[in-house]
Amino acid sequence: MSTEKDVLISVNHLKKYFNVGKKAVLKAVDDVSFDIYKGETLGMVGESGCGKTTCGRTCIGLYSKTDGQVLYKGKDVHTLSGKERQNFKKEVQMVFQDPYGSLDPRMTVSEIVGEGIDIHHLAKSKQERQDKIYHCLELVGLNREHANRFVHEFSGGQRQRIGIARALAVDPEFMVLDEPISALDVSIQAQVVNLLIDLQKKMGLTYLFVAHDLSMVKHISDRIAVLYLGTLVELATSDELFANPLHPYTQALLSAIPVPDPQVEKEREAKKIRLEGDVPSPINPAPGCRFKGRCRYCTDICQKELPPLKDVGDGHFVACHNIHKMEMGNE
Amino acid sequence: MAEKNHILEVKNLRVSYHTYAGEVKAVRGVSFELETGQALAIVGESGCGKSVTAKSIMGLIKKPQGEIKEGSEILYNNVNILDYSKKQWQDYKGGECAIIFQDALAALNPTMRVGKQIMENLMAHKHMKKDEAKKEAVEMLRRVGIPEPEKRVRQYPHQFSGGMRQRVMIAIAFACDPKLLICDEPTTALDVTIQSQILDIIKELQKKHNTSVIMITHDLGVVANIAQEIAVMYSGMIVERGKSEDIFYRPRHPYTWALIESVPRLDLTNKQRLASIPGIPPDLLNPPVGCPFCTRCKYCMPICKERMPENTDFGDGHTAACWLHHPMAPQVEMPDVKGGAK
Repeated sequence: MSTEKDVLISVNHLKKYFNVGKKAVLKAVDDVSFDIYKGETLGMVGESGCGKTTCGRTCIGLYSKTDGQVLYKGKDVHTLSGKERQNFKKEVQMVFQDPYGSLDPRMTVSEIVGEGIDIHHLAKSKQERQDKIYHCLELVGLNREHANRFVHEFSGGQRQRIGIARALAVDPEFMVLDEPISALDVSIQAQVVNLLIDLQKKMGLTYLFVAHDLSMVKHISDRIAVLYLGTLVELATSDELFANPLHPYTQALLSAIPVPDPQVEKEREAKKIRLEGDVPSPINPAPGCRFKGRCRYCTDICQKELPPLKDVGDGHFVACHNIHKMEMGNE
Repeated sequence: MAEKNHILEVKNLRVSYHTYAGEVKAVRGVSFELETGQALAIVGESGCGKSVTAKSIMGLIKKPQGEIKEGSEILYNNVNILDYSKKQWQDYKGGECAIIFQDALAALNPTMRVGKQIMENLMAHKHMKKDEAKKEAVEMLRRVGIPEPEKRVRQYPHQFSGGMRQRVMIAIAFACDPKLLICDEPTTALDVTIQSQILDIIKELQKKHNTSVIMITHDLGVVANIAQEIAVMYSGMIVERGKSEDIFYRPRHPYTWALIESVPRLDLTNKQRLASIPGIPPDLLNPPVGCPFCTRCKYCMPICKERMPENTDFGDGHTAACWLHHPMAPQVEMPDVKGGAK
């Protein structure tokens, strides 16, 4: 399936370290590689502090990288210059988690949405600019009357729509959605997710969807990448990942999702994989597999070597030394 | 109903907040009972009054902004706590009834070692000596699964991670073996794996001490995990309540239908449209005269806009407030809401 698709973004051995004090290095993203195909949604999940947001931001050049490469349409994102860079910034947009913090309270909605249009000279006349703004607002389910209002007059869900309209204003191809729904209420979450799915169908957008709500990620994504402490532990199509998780962390993560059904929930409780302890600190991590301290299948080799990402067929990648052992254990 | 042992009975609770814009009627006539040893979940969107209900039970509504209206009753072991004297309140808060907040970092005192925060409670309510309380605090931390409790009691809240802080909150809440525990979104800020650990601890302690729990949340998965009874709140009212199975498998109120449908299920095809609830909840400054859900309801009828529906009883404590169950209302096919996965 994957062979026919064009690769839009290719991430190769990306590393992003932050220096935190003397000799302490926070390895937020450590040797992560994956491709994003044109027109798909790649979901990225993991616990807080595992580097999902950093990874998303480094991919579009908001953070400078420490090592590795991010290729957008074959060009390295971090070494673009002049015109190319301007064009890249037009094609790649981001929607932020906090709809309250990411919109300027002193700008009207039409100024917020129009800013990108002005910067990239996308409108030839005032009329065209205004039409474009209206069009974007209508795309995300807001009215023309909303254009002259300020952000504080809107609810959380509406603000998130404004954030999406701002991103759409410059006709992007690729959007990084950084937990766009986690600050919203359940009933409003469904509205925004429906909107995102509709927009993708209508405009052929490519999404990188970062979130920690697994059932929502499963719903919106074609493929899912699971991160743990800055490393990519598993990558597969979303159906495959939920039906056949291979990495012990993914298994534990999936079995921890509470199901809104009392009877199923009781069965789930019985066979739940319990993870002990917290996520360890990403500052100066010890060598070996990052998951070793909490893993049921941990062996000697896990203590010493970081497992490489292996293809187990059908575009399903896992980074674990003991995959075969686990398969036997499951049967 | 009288035979059952109710630890808590809330009758016609009405709470208002006075703001510059006017009177916000946050809770508008809520009544429910809680049996001893049971867990009741209150679900609803933000701003529907679920936290305010919890705060009223805990006696945390501050005057003069907040006001519990006359005629409201909160009976704890058949005594109205709203008539308590100051002394009675002191014994009740922390001793009989404890609360776990959503934001543990804000709820803990940042300038006090966690051990002392647990000891405070023990010394006040159980009249322990200092060194006795210290031992007990270490024991409490061990029971909620904090490694190296001897070292941890001497640390400050900022030295703990989110999940660990929530455990400290639980340790404080359970220190005096409360009869009633209120959990106000205890796991919303946590990751799924930590969330399931915390829920396990709460359930285990609940079983051990026969504590009654009120769980406030908007996560239906958590509700299915922990609750025997559910109350669904919408804009300051309970629109439906009943046993957990009744609410999940035989919901009667359109809002409950919509709520269950809007949660993504693992058995749905990807990118299928989720059933969303259009619009936003009503403004409680000027609450609507009729059913508060009528502006967002698929089945809205003229009468819904004019009068608030009565509670219809479906037996076994299952009630719903909706005009659809009036004998004169048209028959509506209940949507297929088999919530859940697989």
